[in-house]
Amino acid sequence: MNELLSEPFERLLADASPPDVVRQIEHGGSAAPLWARIEASGFLDTLVPEAAGGAGLSLAEAFPLFLAEGRHALPVPLAHTMTVRAALAAEGLTAPPGMIAIAPLTRSTAEGAVFCPGTPYGTIVDWILAATTEGWMLLAVADAERHVIGIHGSLRADLRWSRQPAGARASQHLLPWQEAGAAIAAAHLAGAMERALQLTVAYANERVQFGRSIGKFQAIQHQIAVMAEHVFAAHMAAELGFVAAEPLPQKLRVAVAKARASEAAALVTSIAHAVHGAIGVTSEFDLQIYTRRIHEWRADFGSEQYWNRILGRALLTSDAGSALDFMRAELVPPQEKTK
Amino acid sequence: MIQALSLTPVPAAAEALRAEVRAFLDDSLADMAPELRARSWLGFDAAFSKALGARGWIGLALPAAYGGGDRDAFARFVLVEELLARGAPVSAHWIGERQSAPLILRYGTEAQKRFYVPRICSGDAFFCIGMSEPQSGSDLASIRTRATPTASGWRLKGQKVWTTNAHRSHYMIALVRTSGTAEDRQRGLSQLVIDLKTPGVTVRPILDLTGGEHFSEVFFDDVDLPHDALVGEEGSGWEQVTAELAYERSGPERLYSSMVLFDTWLEHLRSENASDDASLALAGRIVGHLATLRSMSAAVTAKVGAGESPMTEASLVKDLGTELEQFLPLAIADALASAPERAQSPALLRTLAYVTQIAPTFSLRGGTREILRGLIARGLELR
Repeated sequence: MNELLSEPFERLLADASPPDVVRQIEHGGSAAPLWARIEASGFLDTLVPEAAGGAGLSLAEAFPLFLAEGRHALPVPLAHTMTVRAALAAEGLTAPPGMIAIAPLTRSTAEGAVFCPGTPYGTIVDWILAATTEGWMLLAVADAERHVIGIHGSLRADLRWSRQPAGARASQHLLPWQEAGAAIAAAHLAGAMERALQLTVAYANERVQFGRSIGKFQAIQHQIAVMAEHVFAAHMAAELGFVAAEPLPQKLRVAVAKARASEAAALVTSIAHAVHGAIGVTSEFDLQIYTRRIHEWRADFGSEQYWNRILGRALLTSDAGSALDFMRAELVPPQEKTK
Repeated sequence: MIQALSLTPVPAAAEALRAEVRAFLDDSLADMAPELRARSWLGFDAAFSKALGARGWIGLALPAAYGGGDRDAFARFVLVEELLARGAPVSAHWIGERQSAPLILRYGTEAQKRFYVPRICSGDAFFCIGMSEPQSGSDLASIRTRATPTASGWRLKGQKVWTTNAHRSHYMIALVRTSGTAEDRQRGLSQLVIDLKTPGVTVRPILDLTGGEHFSEVFFDDVDLPHDALVGEEGSGWEQVTAELAYERSGPERLYSSMVLFDTWLEHLRSENASDDASLALAGRIVGHLATLRSMSAAVTAKVGAGESPMTEASLVKDLGTELEQFLPLAIADALASAPERAQSPALLRTLAYVTQIAPTFSLRGGTREILRGLIARGLELR
């Protein structure tokens, strides 16, 4: 990833999506102006091949963009849209304009009804990429019954289509959409946890008790040191999840990414809040913007236990002679595969 | 605040070394039981070290002019990873190669470099490090062992303890007071290299809880040392030790201590066709953590190779790494005893018992958890 791309992106998010904009959209404000700015920025087709009019970046090269979205708690599904647009382009298809979210769960009936419960960005999104065991479809949310799920500040919604609309884009080609969603969630987790660490260090240095900043107390220092260890580990694991030759990621690397980042989530949020005291749980203070999302992303597309089982099964059934051989063959990329 | 570590692949040139190391280890470790391989860091085998030295695999990243291999930090990364993951008995040459030789090369005189480093690299000279004393552990600046200048050099009096391998090493590099008093703390400390055969040196091994003797107490009773026992500057011992501990903390050494146990457990699960959810999730969790830590360690290696001094990052990786090393035996013990109906493997149980008993040392050597977390807090600019 060249900094030519990540620096303007970072500036765009800082300017277009500061915490107040996140709050407005979470409380029913229109996401359209923010999305329009993002669309106009040209980042939507970062992963689409150059031949199809995109920037042609590999998933690994684009990792910093996904991370930055987490760091800014971007309240629109840019990562999902970018990924779906690239995967469709690789299939020779063109995605429709508008926001697209990948649904973590899809239930369909024989009669053709489709139900996507608790779908991220469900209150604002235009399209849902719904994956089933038979393939996938891109469904217009305008045709769906939409129920907000009643969690304060959450953009999630239950979406229900009584039957699959005519003309919906669909394919029987199975693509790893769950892996894509999990990799994105891992990067978002890593980014948001980096922000939580930054806020926590700043607060510990500012807040004075017993005549000195609480960051001077060894008990606080050691907690924050542990928090930093897990934030760094989550970042590295998430980056591993983005090493892939295809526009969609590789299952076992995603398993490491999502399991490790999700595991860090519990510890990082609890230390962040413990250090912040009561101010950290107020809506006025920014920390909650990140920690609420961290808990959501931890569960999205499978928690640590879900992915650890997948990883463990692959390890136990592999032909690799040792755990190190398995790691080197399946998880840790050799030099030529990272770019 | 420090930047996150970013994915850095092990270069192909370094990877090329792996097959050769493997072939050598396949051969030399073929008949070694897992409970012996699990000793690795503490597995002392002078003949094995000598054989490794003959292949040029001690001091691989040290300059050829002093007997080293002139390879980069990543070549050493691959070598060390293979040695430790397989449980090779590296103890004899380990400290000399990782800490003493780099220290001598950085601070020693030309004569010291020529005298000691080639023999470390050939597997002929084994080193130990005299830091802790009965009253000085984490508070290293409080040491009392003192060297007084004499006409012919130094006269040394005092005591070291918990010195790994002192009873089977040729030399010790000790941190001692050469001027001032204990109140001067970090000032007035120096490093001396001590030939352990010098009259007045008494070494007594200490029996550990596994039945092994890996560390010792060492007494210096008016030991006369030559002028050139001094390594580096008189009075600069503290800065030198700090730099030395930075070598100790970088590299892939701090995540593989329980690897033989992990592989032995996996083999057992496979042979028992065990696929319960708890075992799968545990195996997955461990290998995911290992892959992450290994990548973090490679990123630190790249920084060291680029001439940076990533103290905070190395401390962070070491603290996480030793935590995983210590978690492994505890979690595997639980997993095994959760299915008492399954057949047991006596070799696995012996390996598990050894690693469980020795695991507390993983986060002691080279600086405790608390010291590391203090360093990380400083790196995060907590103030």
